[in-house]
Amino acid sequence: MPTNKPQKQSKVTDYNLPDEQGHFGPYGGTFVAETLMGSIEELNEAYQKYMQDPEFLAELDTDLHDYVGRPSPVYHAKRLSDETGGAQIYLKREDLNHTGAHKVNNTIGQALLAKRMGKTRIIAETGAGQHGVATATVAARLGLECVVYMGAEDIQRQSPNVYRMRLLGAEVVPVTSGSQTLKDALNEALRDWVTNIDNTYYIIGTVAGPHPYPAMVRDFQTIIGRESREQMLEKTGRLPDALVACVGGGSNAIGLFHPFIEDEEVAIYGVEAAGLGVETGKHSAPLCAGKPGVLHGNRTYLMADEDGEILETHSISAGLDYPGVGPEHSWLKDIGRAEYVNINDDEALEAFHQLTRVEGIIPALESSHAVAYATKLAKTMDKDQTILVNLSGRGDKDIFTIAKIEGIEL
Amino acid sequence: MSRLEQCFKALKDANKKALIPFVTAGDPNAEFTLACMYEMVKAGANIIELGVPFSDPMADGPVIQKASERALDNGMSLRGVIEIVSRFRERDKITPVILMGYLNPIEFMGYEAFVQKAAEAGVDGVLTVDIPPEESKDLIAAYDKYDLAPIFLLSPTSHEGRIKKIVSVAKGYIYYVSIKGVTGAGHLELGPVQDKVAEIKQHTSLPIAIGFGVKNADIASNIAKIGDGVVVGSALIECITSHTGNESAGQQAISDLLNSMREAMDAVT
Repeated sequence: MPTNKPQKQSKVTDYNLPDEQGHFGPYGGTFVAETLMGSIEELNEAYQKYMQDPEFLAELDTDLHDYVGRPSPVYHAKRLSDETGGAQIYLKREDLNHTGAHKVNNTIGQALLAKRMGKTRIIAETGAGQHGVATATVAARLGLECVVYMGAEDIQRQSPNVYRMRLLGAEVVPVTSGSQTLKDALNEALRDWVTNIDNTYYIIGTVAGPHPYPAMVRDFQTIIGRESREQMLEKTGRLPDALVACVGGGSNAIGLFHPFIEDEEVAIYGVEAAGLGVETGKHSAPLCAGKPGVLHGNRTYLMADEDGEILETHSISAGLDYPGVGPEHSWLKDIGRAEYVNINDDEALEAFHQLTRVEGIIPALESSHAVAYATKLAKTMDKDQTILVNLSGRGDKDIFTIAKIEGIEL
Repeated sequence: MSRLEQCFKALKDANKKALIPFVTAGDPNAEFTLACMYEMVKAGANIIELGVPFSDPMADGPVIQKASERALDNGMSLRGVIEIVSRFRERDKITPVILMGYLNPIEFMGYEAFVQKAAEAGVDGVLTVDIPPEESKDLIAAYDKYDLAPIFLLSPTSHEGRIKKIVSVAKGYIYYVSIKGVTGAGHLELGPVQDKVAEIKQHTSLPIAIGFGVKNADIASNIAKIGDGVVVGSALIECITSHTGNESAGQQAISDLLNSMREAMDAVT
């Protein structure tokens, strides 16, 4: 294994992206049909307006505090650090949020925006079901109609979350087109949006999609990084030496990374899902093994064949099973500010067990990828150095998947 | 004068409207598509839109989605579509051919390489669904170099500012999307279409073709009264799928539908 020791990453100053058209260098932008442009302009205006509106921001703050349970703590995983040997590992506990993951930070924000815009119907796409649950939750709370598109394959794999969404009053629509997974659910949600433009708000769950979604979802998720910064300063007297987060679409990662981009001393690592191994082609690692193209409204790194047709992806974790990635990550990769690495299914599974066993924390399979990489990285670092891992979600939803893999009948 | 301009001029002189069929290239196979193109011209088509299949056709309804999946399963690709046009041109040098699809296959081929190959094959225009003018600068520069027409959509939600922006870069014709929704959806209402087309006409002298939701001769004739061209897509693909396994019957159904549309359109102009 090559050394993981934090490499010198590029220094970035005056970081202020995206530009007005939603571009992060060559990435991002607005690549949608004319039929959607009107809605996107309307959304962008509302987003620009309300992100400056003290009343909106105060309501968001109150909800994050009283309903989500923020701030989430930063926890020093001493036993994990000792067992690993090397740097001290800290966990940002997004798993302790209401609904069990970081997803709700964004759905709360967008649902409040939808309400301000006078929309009465919410739609969303979901893969593992976490974003669907977080959306159905806020829709229930605000009394909005909610329709969640989910690949027929994923509905089979994630039945507890499907039931949860239905309990919350959402209609879960199976998507049978294409590969019947997350990307197809996104296609179907876009089709719904264009058909029901007048009363419908589309809550995208990650930092993908056309502008302003990558910037807006990031802005709602940077609460993770802003809190972490203060908490690490308070706990250790300085910033962490490295940040580690898993990257599917990349919303939990950008939420953690963004407030640290100009801090040269903080190394940033995004962990993609290597699935059965990047060399097998059965993975979800577009930043590590893809190339730039255009999908779902933005230009970014993608997994596609030589003709530009999007490839099917694989990961043990349904939440990382996506052939694209948020455009800001593509930019951070190209400018060398963040390094994107990968962890395969077996390594993630091992980290899942390790964290559960030594810390009494059951991590989501998505977050287990970040934990796995952090333990690799820690071994190359000194005992007085620190790594902050975004523990983006809890693993209760994954116990059926894991039991099945391990041949245990529940 | 380009093939597209000649086509619309000849139609205008004859007081006729353009009948523009859309089929997905390679559905169910390339040979069928090629033969179908000739047959559609015989049945009264003036311009042909060839759908370039894509794995993630976000603006299409289920009929064209499935057509794309069948075509991809049979190995069709952007290169394959260009090859079909090149073979079509061996016997038809008059009928304009437009490629309609999504951006990613073009991104992967490279703008310059794509435009050059398409122009050499005899493609006349390209409608890329998911690239608005705001993102089109480089692509339009490539089209200009090889004299291909960039064709853009306008929709019921396009406000005046967008109409102006789009007609300033569009060539060939404007494709007006008659409904809020995806291809093949229902409930085309003539009143709002008429009003919007009148609004667009105030800003451009380009011909306006109208599509999405044109299912039969009756709708086609009503649309022909409003616009300069009528696009029919999903209804033709349904002719293929309702005769799966019997390509000649599928072809006959396509020709019958187009003939009936042609007749109905000519009766009202």
